[in-house]
Amino acid sequence: MAVRAQFENSNEVGVFANLTNSYCLVAIGASENFYSIFESELAELIPIVHCTIAGTRIIGRLTTGNKNGLLVPTSTTDQELQHLRNSLPDEVKIQRIEERLSALGNCIVANDHVALVHPDIERETEEIIADTLGVEVFRQTIAGNVLTGSYMSLSNQGGLVHPKTSIQDQDELSSLLQVPLVAGSVNRGSSVVGAGMVVNDWLAVTGMDTTATELSVIESVFRLGEGGPGGVDARMNANKESIVESFY
Amino acid sequence: MSMDLDAPVSLPSLHRPQAATILCCNCGAPIDGTASAGALCYDCIKLTIDVSEGIQREGVLHTCRDCERWLSPPSQWVTAAPESRELLALCLRKLRGLNKVRIIDASFIWTEPHSRRVKVKITVQQEAYEGTILQQTFEVEYVVAYQQCPECQKSYTPNTWRASVQVRQKVPHKRTFLYLEQLVLKHQAHKDTINIKEVKDGLDFYFAQRNQAEKFVDFLTSVAPVKVKKAQELISTDVHTSTKSYKFTFSCELLPICKDDLVALPIKLAKSVGNISPLAICYRVGTAINLLDPTTLQTADLSANIYWRIPFKSLADVRELVEFVVLDIESLGTQNGRFFGAEATVARASDLGVNDKTYYVRTHLGGILHAGDSVLGYHLTGTNFNNAQFEELEQSNTFSSTIPDVILVKKFYARKKKSKSRSWKLRRLAKDEGDLLPKKADQDRMDADYETFLRDVEEDAELRQTLALYKAQQQRKKDADEMSMATGESSEDEVPQINLDELLDDFEDLNVND
Repeated sequence: MAVRAQFENSNEVGVFANLTNSYCLVAIGASENFYSIFESELAELIPIVHCTIAGTRIIGRLTTGNKNGLLVPTSTTDQELQHLRNSLPDEVKIQRIEERLSALGNCIVANDHVALVHPDIERETEEIIADTLGVEVFRQTIAGNVLTGSYMSLSNQGGLVHPKTSIQDQDELSSLLQVPLVAGSVNRGSSVVGAGMVVNDWLAVTGMDTTATELSVIESVFRLGEGGPGGVDARMNANKESIVESFY
Repeated sequence: MSMDLDAPVSLPSLHRPQAATILCCNCGAPIDGTASAGALCYDCIKLTIDVSEGIQREGVLHTCRDCERWLSPPSQWVTAAPESRELLALCLRKLRGLNKVRIIDASFIWTEPHSRRVKVKITVQQEAYEGTILQQTFEVEYVVAYQQCPECQKSYTPNTWRASVQVRQKVPHKRTFLYLEQLVLKHQAHKDTINIKEVKDGLDFYFAQRNQAEKFVDFLTSVAPVKVKKAQELISTDVHTSTKSYKFTFSCELLPICKDDLVALPIKLAKSVGNISPLAICYRVGTAINLLDPTTLQTADLSANIYWRIPFKSLADVRELVEFVVLDIESLGTQNGRFFGAEATVARASDLGVNDKTYYVRTHLGGILHAGDSVLGYHLTGTNFNNAQFEELEQSNTFSSTIPDVILVKKFYARKKKSKSRSWKLRRLAKDEGDLLPKKADQDRMDADYETFLRDVEEDAELRQTLALYKAQQQRKKDADEMSMATGESSEDEVPQINLDELLDDFEDLNVND
């Protein structure tokens, strides 16, 4: 399922929220409208946590995470870290990273198996990412942009990349990630797809400006609306497809 | 078989044949993402983006009904033909917001002149997104409005002059003025004048600005011996800002001594300007008066400011010249410039056949006079002068004996009574006679003055060099016929002719309008 949302008149949903398969982080806003949208979709499935990072609301750009873990920058205070630790499920590992590129959400994009990172990220950080998130780490660029987290939106089902990404690049990234990729935009032509939306295996939240065309591209590439959490239907669909394919 | 037919239809989206990588975010059309602008297809960009936004589509052009010039803001008035480049530039300058885009093309769309509308088609380019340049064509309509330009306003309003130059010469003839008129014309000194008015003893030149009048006065002082007086009249004053407006009048009085005049200098003055004999001829008027003593060929310059310390009148002027006939001439061998000293025996032309009275005279015309020639001179013995300086001379021990009977001034060329049409002509200033409409007698006198001036021009090459002479177009052919008829016969007298090479092309042919 893909829904539209707005955080205090901003369409950049990916800046103010971080959505994974096992938890969701939402910035503290003046009104609860933004939170309510997540709540209505996710309430009984995964914990939705109000939080700040280093006192700011741009938590989506400062943190990155998946089902297995959450990475926060050094600027995160102990109190915030404690709050996250208390709120998130016990199996989610939380790690504070000493990294010069502190906007982790901009520099890292990850699903539950693979992470694409900024080419200049430190060696230790790369190891921490692999350990905490339980992923394989690749240094990559997207359509010539080093900020992989900003220009790519990724789930276990698929991925959306910067609209100027060539087909060759898409094929290369797709072979690393082992998921289908599509170039596209959000928020009526915005190319910062990572910051413009959040996605997990069954839900995508995009900015209010997102057009129907963009939404349909998002729904098809992330295979949304094909079942509930856990992607049971999706897996079934995949099975069905394989059945059909073998049938032919 | 049927399955094979179905197979490609079932999964069309997986095998997209075209190079498209994204869908247009507005309409969903497949486009090449690497080349697209803002994830929009070309049609959507054209529909949604207006690069000419903020550029006026209407404007007003101001034109002056009388001189048909266009107002180029803020205050310039330019002449521009309809649909000309100048007018197009004016139209484009009028449009606000046009500097933010790049103009590719602009052209007029024809409109009926009486519609008072001017339409311009403009093509502009601007960057819409990064790397996407959009080109757009639009029309702008201008309304032509009337506004009178300041010059036309002025021409319809009397008494707009700020400064006037009154040029005066208190002599009974106009020769110096005729010469001055030619100088003014040649140097275009009159181009700033609003009006030129003829008044008694001179001309008034009117100017819109004081500095134009001052420039004209400077011109006058550089060509003629003048005395300048400046006066100003307060027109209005504003006590709050203490701004005042004045009318300025420059009074320029020319020395009342002309070429070929006989002067009797005050003895003291004659001593101070090179100890010249007090009885002298003025042979040239420049910024100073050039005097010549015909007996000794001594010359002296009398500058205007020295003159005005001890002003004096000329003893006799051109109208009192009498014709003499040279009976005999003998060169003295003295020379000063173009003057050659000689001793001549002359008799009055009117005395020939009446009596045998001859005069023995020293003259400076030794170079051009021959026995039998006619010559013009002043007859001193037969004349009663009423002149203080001359009386002084007569009473002085030193000079009373040196006063000659006759002073010869210039050679006389006998012309036909009916003046032959000249092959050249001079331009005249367009003057406003004002209230002084000439009477019949005055008109005759003025014509005579002009004729004398023209003869001077013919006879004096030095004078001619300072003027601009034009070919007389109409008469040239007739002259040529006459010349061809006249060849073979010796011309009756060697009246000086002006070489055609000296003449300028006719100003009427050159479309020089005054």
